[in-house]
Amino acid sequence: MGMTMTQKILAAHAGLKSVEAGQLISAKLDIVLGNDITTPVAVNEFRKAGFDGVFDRNRIAIVLDHFVPNKDIKAAEQSKQCREFACEHGVSHFYDVGKMGIEHALLPEQGVVTAGDCIIGADSHTCTYGALGAFSTGVGSTDMAAGMATGLAWFKVPSAIKFELSGKLPKNCSGKDVILTIIGMIGVDGALYKSMEFTGEGVASLSMDDRLCICNMAIEAGAKNGIFPVDGVTRAYLSGRTEREPVEYSADADAVYEKVVEIDLSKIVPTVSCPHLPENTKPASELSDIKIDQVVIGSCTNGRMEDMETAYKILGGKKVADGVRCIIIPATMAIYRECIERGYMTAFVDAGAVVSTPTCGPCLGGYMGILAEGERCVATTNRNFVGRMGHVKSEVYLSSPATAASSALTGYITAPKEDL
Amino acid sequence: MNTKGKVFKYPDNVDTDVIIPARYLNTSDAQELSKHCMEDIDAEYVKKVSKGDVMVAGWNFGCGSSREHAPLVIKTCGTGCVIAKSFARIFYRNAINIGLPILECPEAADGINAGDEVTVDFDTGVITDLTTSKTYKAQPFPEFIQNIISAGGLLKSLKK
Repeated sequence: MGMTMTQKILAAHAGLKSVEAGQLISAKLDIVLGNDITTPVAVNEFRKAGFDGVFDRNRIAIVLDHFVPNKDIKAAEQSKQCREFACEHGVSHFYDVGKMGIEHALLPEQGVVTAGDCIIGADSHTCTYGALGAFSTGVGSTDMAAGMATGLAWFKVPSAIKFELSGKLPKNCSGKDVILTIIGMIGVDGALYKSMEFTGEGVASLSMDDRLCICNMAIEAGAKNGIFPVDGVTRAYLSGRTEREPVEYSADADAVYEKVVEIDLSKIVPTVSCPHLPENTKPASELSDIKIDQVVIGSCTNGRMEDMETAYKILGGKKVADGVRCIIIPATMAIYRECIERGYMTAFVDAGAVVSTPTCGPCLGGYMGILAEGERCVATTNRNFVGRMGHVKSEVYLSSPATAASSALTGYITAPKEDL
Repeated sequence: MNTKGKVFKYPDNVDTDVIIPARYLNTSDAQELSKHCMEDIDAEYVKKVSKGDVMVAGWNFGCGSSREHAPLVIKTCGTGCVIAKSFARIFYRNAINIGLPILECPEAADGINAGDEVTVDFDTGVITDLTTSKTYKAQPFPEFIQNIISAGGLLKSLKK
């Protein structure tokens, strides 16, 4: 019986010729990741269990990104704990303030993760790296501790849903509109425990930033991972960037899928997820009477260079509407620098927006844009659960950077112009 | 192993942000965190829960973030067990890894009412509603996972 792309990567890392859905395996890990919220819990468990050392100091990545530069004393203590652990074990991929970025934008950018990898991260959006043709999934802190100590993790081999993409996205749509549309179709547990394998002739037209965004939100459909085939776009992105050689896997022609979903990219429209679940999607054009107080453009979902370009295209030379706070957060220091170089920063500030150094901050209601009771935000982030960005009676509408920037200019949810 | 207690009922898609809001995640101290367990969905939970009580919920319990703080606060504030129609996969893993008993049983999730007195036998998966005198049988765990649970969590099972 043929294997899916995910199953092939898992089989290779488990040292098996083949695996099938439902099988429990122990797989070798290429990278184990944690952040400033999940690593302290992992470090406590690691120490409590009495492990002597880490399996490979070059295969562990610790990124301080959720609450840095530290928002308060407790957050500073957590960062300090991560720093001390990284130093003690010589963790080579340790990213502190000045070098850091939002982990899921940073690791691909820095070439820490590559095609063919088997990756776990103590952060649910670790599924992002499937865009590179890797198996990558979110776990908890105890799994991270075990992974750091042994270089292994147990998995139940997932079955898969195949998303057959055709056509090309309209100019005012991006990867975010694709994944929001899919979550709206299948629901927040529509891919529970499964792989989401994206394939078809439509893939070639999607940029790496689009693919990273699509895989990033696989978890919002309950999936174990999202994954794209390796093609020219992937090779061009990885070339000269990754420290380890990429390994290309592809699904067998007779791979078995639980279901096949066809998506015509040319039919995608600017899409918004309404409170309080990512599956509550509507076309942005139907929400034009929703008045907003804040816009956030950033996060591991949409803080990449193309997202900044889109924000610039829409906000440049214009003014953010009165009564709207517009917060832009480039996801890594390299993107931040590029925004300065290209003059985006000046344009954003002139438009009346503020620009922060990289942080997850507002996405999870940490800091840097918390909402008061009754306030509404259009955000390019990934979750709109109750209380996610602040008060339990605040509301988050998830959208693409184009819809978010367009909304910042009008003060109402606004679909981007078709000729963007 | 078993638990006995009263039932707190919750809907589908209970996410980790309402189980433990991220605004409190600037500490990893379980006692401190557990004061805020379920705060954004049921602010009364921590005041009302007694040791051994049981959460009963719908589909996709624990969706969202990978934060292990979520099963940890549920366990730390005395909850004896979570029964749901289904669990989000990272929450499921985390609960097993830290030793919070969880059971998948759609029939029990539909049949049991808030406030009922129930007993749960983790070894057999039998759930008994003492208030209505009905019994339910949850899906048993695969042997591999039972071994992690009986060792007292993932790290203890690795050390064995």
